Amino acid sequence: MSNKVQIQSSVNGEIVDFLCDPQETLLDVLRNRLSLTGTKEGCATGDCGACSVLLDGRLTCSCLVLGVEAVDKEITTIEGISEKDGLHPIQRKFLERAALQCGICTPGLIVATKALLEKHKDPDEETIRYWLAGNLCRCTGYDKIVRAVQDAAKELSYEA
Amino acid sequence: MGGYTYVAPATVADALTILSEHKNNGTRAQVLAGGTDLLVQMRSGDNAGRAIVDIKNIKESNNLVFGETETFIGAAISSAVLNESEKLKELFPGLLEAADLIGSTQIQGRATIAGNLCNASPAGDTIPALIANSGVCVISGPSGERQMAVEEFVTGVGTNALSSEEFVLGLRLPNPALRTSDAYLRFIPRTEMDIAVAGAGVSLSLSEDGTCIAARVAIGAVAPTALLVEDAAEAIVGSKLDEGALSKASEACSGAASPISDKRGTAEYRRKVVGVLCKRAAVIARDRALS
Ligand SMILES: Cc1cc2nc3c(=O)[nH]c(=O)nc-3n(C[C@H](O)[C@H](O)[C@H](O)COP(=O)(O)OP(=O)(O)OC[C@H]3O[C@@H](n4cnc5c(N)ncnc54)[C@H](O)[C@@H]3O)c2cc1C
Ligand code: FES
Ligand code: FES
Repeated sequence: MSNKVQIQSSVNGEIVDFLCDPQETLLDVLRNRLSLTGTKEGCATGDCGACSVLLDGRLTCSCLVLGVEAVDKEITTIEGISEKDGLHPIQRKFLERAALQCGICTPGLIVATKALLEKHKDPDEETIRYWLAGNLCRCTGYDKIVRAVQDAAKELSYEA
Repeated sequence: MGGYTYVAPATVADALTILSEHKNNGTRAQVLAGGTDLLVQMRSGDNAGRAIVDIKNIKESNNLVFGETETFIGAAISSAVLNESEKLKELFPGLLEAADLIGSTQIQGRATIAGNLCNASPAGDTIPALIANSGVCVISGPSGERQMAVEEFVTGVGTNALSSEEFVLGLRLPNPALRTSDAYLRFIPRTEMDIAVAGAGVSLSLSEDGTCIAARVAIGAVAPTALLVEDAAEAIVGSKLDEGALSKASEACSGAASPISDKRGTAEYRRKVVGVLCKRAAVIARDRALS
């Protein structure tokens, strides 16, 4: 019962073509067909945020998007966040602040933080905590994560 | 069992043709908006093949139209996009708050109000807010468009008034009259990311001296469907929302509720909470109407 569909979309700035089943999630497409395994699966039901990606610039759970919905869309995954000359400041601040332990939640948190800081240059703690409420972390505790986001916001606003 | 197929028609006519074909062939088709309910359901049990009909490429379902007397909200517009419209927030702050309560930032980027309504969960947050605002569903079907008041649309837990050949194109809301505003409140055990134990939406209009001259009160999560509570509205119309009138409205909401007991709260507790929420929402709506 395979009705595979041919899809073209843009992932991290590159045009990609893939075949997928109509019911396959974008998360599965990224991980299993495009070998972009930075995006994680925690729950597959929209609750944990480990699968966060940007879809046409908007933060979404890739486990709740069908691969076929990606036609002509621009997708940014964790693999597209780092810069040519190394880690993105958000990634660096997560390391400096030790805002991760097992790391399963980290790609999603970094993608979500990127979307947050594009919209709110100087978010207060409450804004950060609400914005990231859909990204669950079972190891680190949210405090270090919030500090990392605050540091990144500061550094990015100096750069701008 | 057939497999899955996916189509994203660009016009209302194409969408309707696809839905009718499936009906005539006896095969299953299901409309997809944001997918935040549908994909979860496909994961958790209901995984039989079907045609997924994505309505996000239809122009009309992406329209947000500010008319002179009413506002049209297309069925494909995500809650995040709606909440970026200052104008919409000014017109219907309570409805927008309800939409903003749905899930996380990630969920907001996809979830639609019409999807929340069509999914027909008893706890759907936007449903009481839509009812309070006299919302009307614009339904596209083989014989054209028909309209239906939101309070009539949900027929039971997870069921709605659509035939398999129809879909919701959008929602129509009368623009608020002078000194009219709305509010929606829900109670959840956590501060974010949870399902309502009870919810209440209120829209009311005031005269120049602050007397309530019209009101609509709706409650959610305390019965199989969200309910319009006319007795609660009657209790506050003619008053200046003094404690006596608010208590009567609160009792009317508690009385109209027929909640279940589950891990989120007992029936008795829910009945009490929904009354309190009605009072508080009415006060917020009044303060907004005066400002
Ligand atoms: C993590 C998480 C948290 C959530 N939190 C909340 C919450 O706090 N409050 C709440 O109320 N909900 C919540 N939800 C549920 C869900 O996000 C909402 O109900 C949302 O509004 C559904 O909209 P959608 O566009 O994603 O619908 P979809 O999933 O696309 O569709 C839902 C159902 O409605 C049908 N449908 C959709 N649009 C139409 C249309 N135009 N015409 C005909 N049928 C249609 C679909 O066929 C499907 O049966 C949550 C979901 C998740 C995953
Ligand atoms: S895997 Fe998508 S939200 Fe958990
Ligand atoms: S570091 Fe393990 S879940 Fe966050």
